[in-house]
Amino acid sequence: MIARRHLLGALAGVPLLAAAPEYRLVAQPVAAGIWVVRGADAPIAMANGGAIANISIIATDAGAVLIDAGASHRHGRALAALARRLTGKPVARVYLTHLHPDHSFGASAFPAGLVAATPAVAAQVAGDAAGFSTGLYRLLGDWMRGTELPAPALVAEAGPVLIGGRQLRLFTLSGHSASDLAVLDEATGTLIAGDLVFHNRAPATPHADLPAWRRALDQLAGLGQQRLVPGHGPVDPTPGTAIAQTRAWLDWLEPALKAALEAGLTMVEAGDLPIPPRFAGLAVARLELQRSVAHFWPALEAARLPRVSD
Amino acid sequence: MILLTAPAAAAPEGVHPDDPLQSPFLPTVLQLVLPEGARVRFDDRVKVQFPAIAENQRQFPVQVDARAVPGVKRIIIFADLNPIQKAVEFAPHAAEAFIAIRIKLDQRTPVRAAVEVADGSWLLAGGWIDAAGGGCSAPPVSRVKGDWAQSLMQLRGRLWTTPGQKVARLALAVRHPMDTGFVDNVPSYWLESLQLRADGRLLADLALNASVAEDPAIMLMPHLLDGDSVTVRGRDSGGVELAGRVAGQSAIPAGAP
Repeated sequence: MIARRHLLGALAGVPLLAAAPEYRLVAQPVAAGIWVVRGADAPIAMANGGAIANISIIATDAGAVLIDAGASHRHGRALAALARRLTGKPVARVYLTHLHPDHSFGASAFPAGLVAATPAVAAQVAGDAAGFSTGLYRLLGDWMRGTELPAPALVAEAGPVLIGGRQLRLFTLSGHSASDLAVLDEATGTLIAGDLVFHNRAPATPHADLPAWRRALDQLAGLGQQRLVPGHGPVDPTPGTAIAQTRAWLDWLEPALKAALEAGLTMVEAGDLPIPPRFAGLAVARLELQRSVAHFWPALEAARLPRVSD
Repeated sequence: MILLTAPAAAAPEGVHPDDPLQSPFLPTVLQLVLPEGARVRFDDRVKVQFPAIAENQRQFPVQVDARAVPGVKRIIIFADLNPIQKAVEFAPHAAEAFIAIRIKLDQRTPVRAAVEVADGSWLLAGGWIDAAGGGCSAPPVSRVKGDWAQSLMQLRGRLWTTPGQKVARLALAVRHPMDTGFVDNVPSYWLESLQLRADGRLLADLALNASVAEDPAIMLMPHLLDGDSVTVRGRDSGGVELAGRVAGQSAIPAGAP
């Protein structure tokens, strides 16, 4: 008993917990009634709470529209508060561009009835979300407290959608993942491209289908946008710079890996391939190359090593 | 000053005083993976290379290059904190002291190589890698699909040779679930040995454990004569055997490491 009382006394003398981590979000104006909350150009880590994806906020008469929701319940809540401060209205709708957790898990902070996603993403929530959640809790610990991704109740379909007097156009594509949504704000010509487009940051390929991704980029290049908000990296003030940059990386990556395999290199050596100088401006290029080797190499190898069993 | 000159005294119990990775159990792990009484020291000439991130904890590429060490007899790759620590033991009889392979990771762990040299002592090197859990306790893809038996022990391979050069590159890939025994009621079942020969000459012996990744994929650098092909014999823990032959095909392009 004495020992226990001692211990309790000792605990009373120190702050029980460091303050719960808080997201310090900064909104950057993009166009009339549109802001972006820039993600850190870094991997998901304790230091950033998983806030690595760009989140867009669009003002409408019916309330704020969020394009993506952040990585955690707390992140989603902070984004909701920020959207309210910026637009003077609560969040009326959340579109999830794809299931990757840095974009989607903040939907935990919103009623399912406000959250829209493609049917494919809604199906993935039931299937893959638990695995993503385990991974995020491991990486982010307390940042993730209370995060439970709801099944989105609204269906995002390709085509025009009018919300509170604001005309948006939705594009249902794939390539970065099995289902990727892009959103064009017609009034300002702002294309919010999700992770189909990276800007000044190397593209991530964990669930990529490279031919489909190229087709999606072709389509995005021709939408008549004035500017583009990528999934990661700074806003592109031009219609096509970030699209071309994403495409250039993908066009380099796939042949480079095939050539490395043909040359008899190992996976480790392929991950250490020289990165062409034209990609010098891309953040985390080495890391994403090594991740892409992990994603693509085993299948390339299986296709390129002949059967030699007697 | 005294503290700086006596770091060994500060090493926690169970930590090898010279271990640059300060792993919690290295002395115990060495008893499990090396012969009894093995003399060890840490040596930077042994290069243990792997990516900065364990993107897939079931298929983590590890490469050991001990070509800077003369007289290498054996290379062992192991992970201190895996439930099956030793992944592979490789004896390069007529091959460079080089091996690349994929292993499973069950958690954040040191990944290391132990290299036996001519006097019977062992050189150690390695590094820490962070990893999501479960690389050893998730079911193999071929068990989930249910098609593992259809391709069991199927061998793929390719040889890169350069005329007049004795050092070749040999890639081998064997279809095998490499069951660890930690998944449901599936008992452990793994490819346990590979032996490589060229024209009767023994090139290399490999002994594998179930902590090697599903569908083992290996790169070696055997010593060959012009026109040699490599014959491969293997056996798994259920007694199933494999045999195959890899013939010379492509030249090693200039500039390849």
